[in-house]
Amino acid sequence: MFLKVAWLVMRKDLTVEVRSREIVYTTVFFAVACVLVFAFALVKEGRPLEDAAAGIMWISVAFAGTLALGRTFERERHSETLRALMLAPVSRPAIYVGKLLGIVLLLLIVEAVLVPLVGLLFHAPIWNRPLLLIALLVSGTVGFSAVGTLFAAMLVRARSRDVMLPILLYPITIPVIIAGVRGTAALFEAVPAVDLAQMWLALLGFFDVVFVTLSLWTFEPLMTE
Amino acid sequence: MSFDFTEVAVRDVSRHYGRRRALAGVSLTCRSGEVLGLLGPNGAGKSTLLSILATLLVPSTGQVYYGSHTAGQAGPALRARLGFLSHDLHLYPELTARENLEFFARLYGVEAVSERVTTALGRAGLTARSEDVVSGFSRGMRQRLALERALLHEPRLLLLDEPFTGLDDASVAALVARLHELRAADRIIVVVTHDLDVAERLLDKVAVLKDGRLVAFDDAHGRIREHYRAHVAVGDRCS
Repeated sequence: MFLKVAWLVMRKDLTVEVRSREIVYTTVFFAVACVLVFAFALVKEGRPLEDAAAGIMWISVAFAGTLALGRTFERERHSETLRALMLAPVSRPAIYVGKLLGIVLLLLIVEAVLVPLVGLLFHAPIWNRPLLLIALLVSGTVGFSAVGTLFAAMLVRARSRDVMLPILLYPITIPVIIAGVRGTAALFEAVPAVDLAQMWLALLGFFDVVFVTLSLWTFEPLMTE
Repeated sequence: MSFDFTEVAVRDVSRHYGRRRALAGVSLTCRSGEVLGLLGPNGAGKSTLLSILATLLVPSTGQVYYGSHTAGQAGPALRARLGFLSHDLHLYPELTARENLEFFARLYGVEAVSERVTTALGRAGLTARSEDVVSGFSRGMRQRLALERALLHEPRLLLLDEPFTGLDDASVAALVARLHELRAADRIIVVVTHDLDVAERLLDKVAVLKDGRLVAFDDAHGRIREHYRAHVAVGDRCS
């Protein structure tokens, strides 16, 4: 039943997004704009600043993720549908997992556009170890979204939610961003430091387990007014 | 776990938002087959009480008993017996009428989803518009759809927050007739309304709230207008 509810919520979110395409368009546009601005600042005469690619990629993911989180829960606020979800006789953590999966999928779509663009503009060797890069991106996105989904749901009725979300989110997800940046930078070296990247991937996996577990634990009490 | 009850009892319930008091020591009871109306001026605490009954808000003090259980004791099984029609309607505007009902039916574990949803769409008078997205519906159509959404899982306790707002006369009459049907089916219905004409046709009991306090609780049919005049500011709704 837990997985069925999570699947229902995720499918509903994706159906709504397929109809409106609002979040995917705005986040992709925002992420691309972000990378372009960095490219104008850091690429001189076709030569990018060394080791900048990984940081720029993860900063863009974090900014775009914050935008996606805000918009996703703004939808639930519009007709107070989050309250309707909370009223359903289902496990509330299952609702959280459904929302989390929807956001992770959206961000992975954004990353599918963002990563090749970063590779192109910053001469990043994204095909060095593609599976390891995908693993780093997925685990980093899960960790970031796990905390973000919890906070965005908590703040959905707060008047200053747009300001509060990044203030709460970034300090807590800094370990995830750092691990993502260091792991990706290790892969982007001329000779990829695979062991180092795997170490950062393992750390990201650890953060994912901690953040998802804590969020599942706290979602119900935090959502009860 | 199946859970059912035939009475809802609010016992000395208070609710504070920070230092602001929204409800103070409210006690009342409603049984199966009864329609209880919550009346009062804006900010009286009606919607807060409705949210507490819906388990969306926890009382600061006091308890609500669903039969012999509190919300904490009954857990999610209680939520399967509650239907809530909020002023905000709880519908996804990007989904079609059918998709909205199917989503909530599956969430509530309703059996034979397709048939149940088709019946509900028929009751809402939306069979012909079932594949249209809700954002294109009028307020009245959305209101009818939202009511059927709240009834899909056949709740024992139906909570309606200003369900007549924005409805034309024909829709109000249809909604009143539907609520009479539900009362006959032994549901417990709690309605927040400002519409005294409808209240007189529908309510078995009336609770008047003012500044968070229960200033009148009466089951005498016919005295609704009298209570409203006595306790709520005399205004254009009291004609």
